[in-house]
Amino acid sequence: MRCLVAVKQVIDPYVHIRINKEQTAVIQENVKMAMNPFDEIAMEAALQFKEQGIISEVIAVSIGAPGVQETLRQALARGADKAIMVMSEKSYNPLSIAKVLAKISKQQEVDLVLMGKQAIDNDCNQTGQMLAALLDWPQATFVSKLQLESTSLIATREVDGGLETLKCKIPAVVTTDLRLNEPRVISLPNIMQAKKKPLTEISIEDMGLELNNQIATTTIQPPPKRKAGVKLNSVTELVDKLRNEAKII
Amino acid sequence: MILIVAEHNNTVLNNATLHVIEAAKKLQLPIHVLVAGSKCTDVVSAAQECAGVRKVLIADNDAYAHQLAENVAKLIYQLSTEYSYILAPATCFGKDILPRVAALLDVEQISDITDIINQQTFVRPIYAGNAYATVTTSLSKNVITVRATSFPLCGSQDKCDTQAIDINIPASNTEFISINSTDTGKLPDLNSAKIVVAGGRGISSKDKFTLIQQLAEQLHAAIGASRAAVDAGFVPNDLQIGQTGKVVAPDLYIAIGISGAIQHIAGMKDSKVIVAINRDPDAPIFDIADYGLVADLFDAVPELIASLSKAERLISSE
Repeated sequence: MRCLVAVKQVIDPYVHIRINKEQTAVIQENVKMAMNPFDEIAMEAALQFKEQGIISEVIAVSIGAPGVQETLRQALARGADKAIMVMSEKSYNPLSIAKVLAKISKQQEVDLVLMGKQAIDNDCNQTGQMLAALLDWPQATFVSKLQLESTSLIATREVDGGLETLKCKIPAVVTTDLRLNEPRVISLPNIMQAKKKPLTEISIEDMGLELNNQIATTTIQPPPKRKAGVKLNSVTELVDKLRNEAKII
Repeated sequence: MILIVAEHNNTVLNNATLHVIEAAKKLQLPIHVLVAGSKCTDVVSAAQECAGVRKVLIADNDAYAHQLAENVAKLIYQLSTEYSYILAPATCFGKDILPRVAALLDVEQISDITDIINQQTFVRPIYAGNAYATVTTSLSKNVITVRATSFPLCGSQDKCDTQAIDINIPASNTEFISINSTDTGKLPDLNSAKIVVAGGRGISSKDKFTLIQQLAEQLHAAIGASRAAVDAGFVPNDLQIGQTGKVVAPDLYIAIGISGAIQHIAGMKDSKVIVAINRDPDAPIFDIADYGLVADLFDAVPELIASLSKAERLISSE
């Protein structure tokens, strides 16, 4: 079974983001970047299946500017067999990304695509579902438990109010939630070894796809600030405030 | 026209849908609601009574019993011709199905909107609510998920018309196995509760979380938790409030032993009144709390429970 894992490079989740002066973008220059945490989980899942002998090859793919190579090298250091880098200076919305991934999934003849349920930058939560639609494959989203069999997979999904379990025929798309696994720490020898693994570069323009963003972001603003309230001295005071000032209990 | 995809469990129409209906009114176009399910007549009745709904489309078929994305997306795609907006709540249900519809239509989706400026302009949080993006669309078909807590509930009306949809699309590659619902007992569900009592790492153990339970029972509140409390195994993960969990906006949010990590705040900062009880006076939760109490929660919470139950006894004896 061949598995494609889509990994996105995002601003490191522990970095406080800054908005540019024109309020049109989040500043990306000279900011620490990282692999999207949900994609790290997807990669870990693929690697665990490979170690169990269920998956034969793990292919990492990423789309973006040259700096994205770093994230792919990291995927290789984690244990991916090869990486595909789709070079694009322009930033595309999820539908275009899904079209690129659909084309690569077919070219690479993969049976399973794994990716995070959402990227922590734009929080769209769309790409996996869109990819499944374009390929007409079944999907299991927000997965916190995954079992692979020869012709199907059993996925437990984190849904509002509980856990839902589905069985999907393979090929399929699975998007991963936080609690699926704990991604491994990369060791130094693996980083060295990763430099020898194949990383193919292709330009997004050479993919033969017509891509354009249909929805435009016009402004980006900081969230409205909530003003701090008052500090109280006792439970009695709290109950009084809630009852007589906020009139809420 | 607008098509809203109803979220339900074949018996009850989820409140999230009622928020989406209210949001859709801002687009000033006729609203239809699609109920795709199996033996879902109660849901249909509830949808007919939602103020502002012109017509309820009913796709009642065993194939839609579990509302799987694979076939429900195809159903919506087939129904989409006359609609310029297709909306669903930005819940696990809507997030699962709607991007699939968008891809079938070859249009981009606008996720998780918190405001509607006009028919072409929407506001949505990015970076876990640390920034808000205004997005504009010139598409003739717009597929949008709506953050339910950002809009009020719709009112009620006399029942509107229905129309049966006779399209049967099986989900041939996906099989539903089971659903394990979290038992909230007599307490309300997190998504619809007017009061939420949430506990964090400060609770220190699973056993001591009963303190949160007691306070929640006293206030008829839903129980929530921070990611730290979930990761420590105090409560199941579907109680997690925050960017990676649930986003809530109740009338009253009581954060107990929660420091207020940015990811947690993203999930509750739209609550009307926020109370924080924490031993650490520098905890960031106090920066957004309307009422802060710097105290040991193991002293303050029992006192709060006692004081509320005493007040209850006084009122009932009057």
